[in-house]
Amino acid sequence: MISLQNIGRMLLPAAVLAAGFGFWELVVRINDIQPYVLPSPLTVFQTLVSDWPVLSESLGVTLLTTLEGFIAAAIGGVALSLLFNQSKWLEYSLFPYAVILQVTPVIAIAPLLLIYLPQQTAVIVCAWIVGFFPVLSNTTLGLNSVDRNLAGLFQLYGASKLQTLRYLKLPAALPYILGGLRIAGGLSLIGAVVAEIAAGTAGSGSGLAFRIAESGYRLNIPRMFAALLLLSAAGIVIYGLLALVSHLVLRRWHESALGKES
Amino acid sequence: MAGPVVSETDIDAAGLAVRLRAVTKIYHSGVTALGPLDLEVAKGQFVSLLGPSGCGKSTALRLIAGLAAPSAGRVDVSHRASKADGCHPIGFVFQEPTLMPWASVRENVRLPLKLAHVTATEADRRIAEALALVDLCEFADAYPRELSGGMKMRVSLARALVTDPDILLLDEPFAALDEITRFRLNNDLLALWRKLHKTIIFVTHSVFESVYLSQRVIVMTARPGRLAREFRIATVEPRGEEFRTSVDYVAYCREVSSALAPSYSGQRGA
Repeated sequence: MISLQNIGRMLLPAAVLAAGFGFWELVVRINDIQPYVLPSPLTVFQTLVSDWPVLSESLGVTLLTTLEGFIAAAIGGVALSLLFNQSKWLEYSLFPYAVILQVTPVIAIAPLLLIYLPQQTAVIVCAWIVGFFPVLSNTTLGLNSVDRNLAGLFQLYGASKLQTLRYLKLPAALPYILGGLRIAGGLSLIGAVVAEIAAGTAGSGSGLAFRIAESGYRLNIPRMFAALLLLSAAGIVIYGLLALVSHLVLRRWHESALGKES
Repeated sequence: MAGPVVSETDIDAAGLAVRLRAVTKIYHSGVTALGPLDLEVAKGQFVSLLGPSGCGKSTALRLIAGLAAPSAGRVDVSHRASKADGCHPIGFVFQEPTLMPWASVRENVRLPLKLAHVTATEADRRIAEALALVDLCEFADAYPRELSGGMKMRVSLARALVTDPDILLLDEPFAALDEITRFRLNNDLLALWRKLHKTIIFVTHSVFESVYLSQRVIVMTARPGRLAREFRIATVEPRGEEFRTSVDYVAYCREVSSALAPSYSGQRGA
């Protein structure tokens, strides 16, 4: 049953959004602000529709980059974590560098990558760099959170390393891995956008961030807003999809996916 | 790691399921947790290890199970010639149910068989048997979180029984349950023991539970755990609720309690 509280939770943010757009529209109209200074929401939507062919193509490019970066981050993060779990020495040797890669701002790394790598590759690498660390650290946390008694039980029944990994460690780490992936999804988008911005108009790319930069130079402010709107929507959809996947996978057993009273 | 598998014929000839000889366990921190402890458990016997928390009774159980190696001494466990695939000589029940939350009751019970690569049809048959033993057939598809504490413990018991072990090791399995549930599970466990003729080593800190269940009660000292005294509980079998309220039972409990008291006197804040 949908309770009053649930309706409120969905309606209130929508009401705030509508009020915000209304206020914005009003301010622009009353003060007669020119679109190249601040476009009204209506102008932004009109641009979104009229520029859809260009923008949708750019959206596709950015989403593809994000997806590639995300997949690389997911595979890389989980694989690296499994490797670390097998060998403590490997973990001690490499983990600090994973941290360094994470704490160095990606916007500062991007120009270098663009020098050494083809642009499309550089953009994916950027998305990977920001995305893989949460997957790595969360998976590591998950693999180390296995119930000691359950581990003892596997030992008692003579489980092989592979069996222990498959039937115990990976399922136990799954909620953590999914949590990491949820963060990585948003971060991959950020990584892709940062690299596109760094590539700037000099680049041959045509992603959404490139459109924003390009429109900025041309003072096409409504299109900047429209592209920004699309980026924001893409981020929300990515997060929502990953949250949904997480919920569907965990709903039968994990606390995080259970209702309050069940 | 020094496994518990030594001189099987010797121990089998003596009719023993488990034998500990001067077994000591010293942790890496230097703390002596156990021993030296000598213990012989005959096949088919129900033995309780009773002692204060931290006296090493759980450690003794882990040594018998082969989950840890003794620092000194010998642990011998009878290993019968394997009857079928996926038979394991030892079943272990922990203090917590220790179930995999991501798997249904059926899959939890299947685990030991899956690890031993038992075929699916054979496994299904044995899982059904084990679940029938603990009276949980209708809950095969439930998830652990949907079960009560007592039911989870019974799943844990079914999982230990599914490999048809000769020896059942139980580490304070009912300590976290309410009294009524504990009494029920006590009776269920006794019924299972009578039916299946397993050797059972039961660790507990409850005098009442140990006297009610076992043929022998081994009272242990505070850390490092050693044998303080041993009691044989001779009573009319099969035991039932009437034993729990009998004069005999109370007398045994009083005796065992007084033997246990010195183990607690050395403990601060106990």
